[in-house]
Formats: sequence, structure tokens, C-alpha cells
Amino acid sequence: MTEEDKRIRADFPIFENDNTIYIDTAATSQKPLSVLDAVRDYYENANANPLRGLYDLSMRATECYETARSTVAEFVNAPAAENIVFTRNASESLNLVAYSYGMNSLKEGDEVLVSIMEHHSNLLPWQLVCRATGAVLKFVECDKEGHLTPEMVEAAVNDRTKLLAVTYVSNVFGCRNDIKSFAEIIHNKGGIIVCDGAQALPHIPVDVQELNVDFLAFSGHKMLAPMGIGGLYGRQSLLEEMPPFMYGGEMIEIVTRESATYAEVPHKFEAGTVNAGGAVGLKAAIEYMNGIGFETIERRENALSKLCMELMAEDEHIHVIGDKDYVNHHGIVTFTLDDVHPHDIAAILNDENIAIRAGHHCAQPLLKYLGTNSTARASFGFYNTEDEVRQLVAAVRRIRGKMGY
Amino acid sequence: MANTFYNEILTEHNMHPIHKHPMEGANFVLQGVNPTCGDDITLSLKVENDVIVDGAYEGDGCAISQASADMMLDLIIGKSKDEALRLSEIFLRMIKGKITDEEKEELEEAGILEDISHMPARVKCAVLGWHTMDEMFKKKA
Repeated sequence: MTEEDKRIRADFPIFENDNTIYIDTAATSQKPLSVLDAVRDYYENANANPLRGLYDLSMRATECYETARSTVAEFVNAPAAENIVFTRNASESLNLVAYSYGMNSLKEGDEVLVSIMEHHSNLLPWQLVCRATGAVLKFVECDKEGHLTPEMVEAAVNDRTKLLAVTYVSNVFGCRNDIKSFAEIIHNKGGIIVCDGAQALPHIPVDVQELNVDFLAFSGHKMLAPMGIGGLYGRQSLLEEMPPFMYGGEMIEIVTRESATYAEVPHKFEAGTVNAGGAVGLKAAIEYMNGIGFETIERRENALSKLCMELMAEDEHIHVIGDKDYVNHHGIVTFTLDDVHPHDIAAILNDENIAIRAGHHCAQPLLKYLGTNSTARASFGFYNTEDEVRQLVAAVRRIRGKMGY
Repeated sequence: MANTFYNEILTEHNMHPIHKHPMEGANFVLQGVNPTCGDDITLSLKVENDVIVDGAYEGDGCAISQASADMMLDLIIGKSKDEALRLSEIFLRMIKGKITDEEKEELEEAGILEDISHMPARVKCAVLGWHTMDEMFKKKA
């Protein structure tokens, strides 16, 4: 373990308390102490129901919550804090866009274009919207190594394409899509782009203005924050026009017996008591990541992807999915092992205290397209070490023997 | 926790299954799918006068799903439909962790899957073949 490894790992209490070799960060990240402390501090020193109370403590809670919103806005370079809606996670954010924007803006004959590599959370809402509105759901396919080029997208859009749903970083290939070019293509057709940033925000700097996306969804728990807080960036003009997604407390202006007028953006999308503790944790997570710096995060994760792919390439029975270049993996190395089902791989690795994901990774149409129905996935965070990578690959190489091959 | 069930009996049934092949003359055929793993089997049984005279399965999936189906067929071929359903009830109860030693004996090799009860994510793999048999008999009943 290097000095840097030690320094970083010391920030994460779980590595002190549990000896699991955790290689499932794309499912959820571990949490640094500063995040856990921030949540605790909020509940110990500033907790009241935000946005409602007319007393100092509630105003402090409101300030904590709204400061967190500003921190998120700065992190993704949104023009203003009001562009950020807090949600539970990326799935809820994408559902918000589908129910509020999609249901009201799409109509029969329109087309929704979804990339084949989407997580189910950026596919199922669009299936629903298309069924309800009569819009047509279309897919744009990548090649078998996960490359989705602007030319492929250009060829798949037409004048009826009103919405493009696509992920920034794939949770299966780990590749990064050229969102900026995709946005330009769909904007030229008069449509909008809904980007799933869940696997991007933890690994690379994201700038919504540079990308020129209309919506960007993300989950806090994949980027060091607690579970149950996530967000949606939305273009101001779109958010203004959209009706609320859920109805209830603190999202209104005036309510009569029959009707209501709604609060300003973003509050009209945040019905009910909000997750202020989670938002405070998300703010601390962003501050922690900024402290480490994306330069360090990318350097470390690239080194882990590189070593993992090199070691796996030494075994003819291990097959890595996606780009040959480790730089296009963002810590995600999805693989198969000849003759062994991925669920058996994960179960046998568990015997050696190694935690990886196996299955369809919530991307069944993609796996079907790749000609498999299951794969194993190692996903690294910057807190993993090269020694852990070596242990993983060595353990994977022993599996076939254990299964009698 | 050690997976005691990844032993020779299981790997042998997975690598060299006796009953994994196409079958002609089946009068009960049903596909069973476990979406979490992507396990997919098609179970075929030939039943004459309520006795299972032959059986086979095809498909793919994890070692547990495949070996479990193979061990089930070992156990039920030659037995009556009611006896097969009785054994399947014992097997499914074993996976929930509630059987006697005598009942486990009756399951023969399939008894090695007892520890699956501690791995909720794998339960569906182990019971796939058995559920499929249950369903096919109950459907036609």
C-alpha cells in the first residue's frame, strides 16, 4: 500500500471496521468520515423542518439545505442553484423528467431515442411515457465494444425525434459518451437531451453548460454521499414550464378548496419534507472530492483499470467487455469467465471476502444485444489499491479450477 | 461465509449433467426463468399412469440452478407425480431452513443445497427446477 493509499483509506471508517475487499463502487460508493460527521452535525446542531419554520433553528436548517444546493450547482457548473432539484436518486430524477416533462410535452408521432446502453432507470420511464402518449420509442445501438459515436446518433435521429435519453458514463462498459456532440445533434432537430450522470459525477468533472444538456440526473450514494439524496439539473426555461411531479407540502403558493398555484422552481418539485441531512452529506461529499481533486481521482482509477485489464489479459479464459483502452473504463471492468456463470463467480469471490457485482447490471437490453444475459463487474473507486486488484484477479483465475475445469 | 455447496457433487452435476439434453415424447414441458440471474431452463417430463418415466432439461444459468435441476431429475425419475411433489415440498422447505434430518436424507444429493438458505440472492437459482416442476403439475391438474 502506498502512502497515498493509506492516507485516503484512513478517511473511510468502513475499511477500518470491515475487511471486505470492496470492488463494487459503481453500485454504491463507500462514505468518508467527513460525510458521516456532516450528517450527524446537521442533526445535532441544525435540525428543524427546513423552509417552513419562522424561527432561528428552522432558518438554520433551511440555510444548510440551500447551501448544499449551491454546492451541487457549482460542482456541475449550473448557471444557478435553482437549476438543481433535490431527489432521492438518479432514478427519481429521471422519473421526474419523464412524468413532468415527457407526459406533458410528447405526443403521438413524436419519437424518443434511447441508447441501448442505458440503465433501466433511463429506459423504463421512457417506455411508460411512450405507451401513455403514443410517442414511439427507438433505440440507437453502440458497437460491441461500447462505442457510440455522434455519427451513429446522427443517423438515428430525424425531425420527429423530440428527446434523446443517454448516459454520460456507462455502468457496464465504463465508457464515456460524447454528450456535447449528442446534445448539438438533438438540439438541431429541435429536441432535448436527458443525460444520466450517475456514473459520471463520481469519476470525472461534469459541466452542464459545456455539455449543453437539458437535464442531468445523478445519485448521491454513488459519489460518497448517503443513500436517499440525489439530484436533477434542469434547464431553467424547461423547469419553469413543467408541472409538479409530486404534490403535497411546501410546493405551493396558494391553495384553495379546489386548486393551488405552485411554488417557484425548484421547490415545486420538492413536495413534502426534504432530505436536508442527506443534502448536507452530499455537500460534504463534494467538498471531500474537491479536496482530493479529479486529477488524483482519475489518475488512481485509471491505474486500477489498467492493472486489472493487464492482469486479466494474461488469462485466456477471462474476457473484458468494452473498450480495449483502460482510459475509457472509469474504474469499471466488466468481464466474463469461460464456463462459469457470473453469479457463481461472485459467490466464490465472496468466500475470499471480495465483493463484486454479477448479473445484468440493470441493463438487460444491452446484455441481450451483447449476446449474454449476465456478466461480472469489478468497479473501483479511488480508495481501492493495486494490491486489491491483484487479489481480485488472482482469485478470479482460481475459480475455474474450483468449478472442476 | 464459506459456500460449502460449491463442492464436488455440485460441480460434477454442473459440468457433466446426466439429464441435460433434448427429449422426445415428453407430455409435460415448461420453461422456468429466474430474471435476477438470467437462469433459464426448460423442463421436460414424460409421465405415464402418474409415474415420471423419463425427464430432461435444457437451458443455461449458474451452476446452482443447473446442478439443482439435474439432482432433482435424478431424484424424481421413476417416482409418482405425488411423490415428486412431496419431495419438492421438502426441498423448498429446506431452502427456507425448516426440515428434519430424515427429510434431508430423502432428498439425497439435493440435500447439499441446504446452506443456500443463508444466501437469499441465490435461493431463486436453487429452486428454479423444482418450482418449474411444481408449476407444470399444478397447471395441468
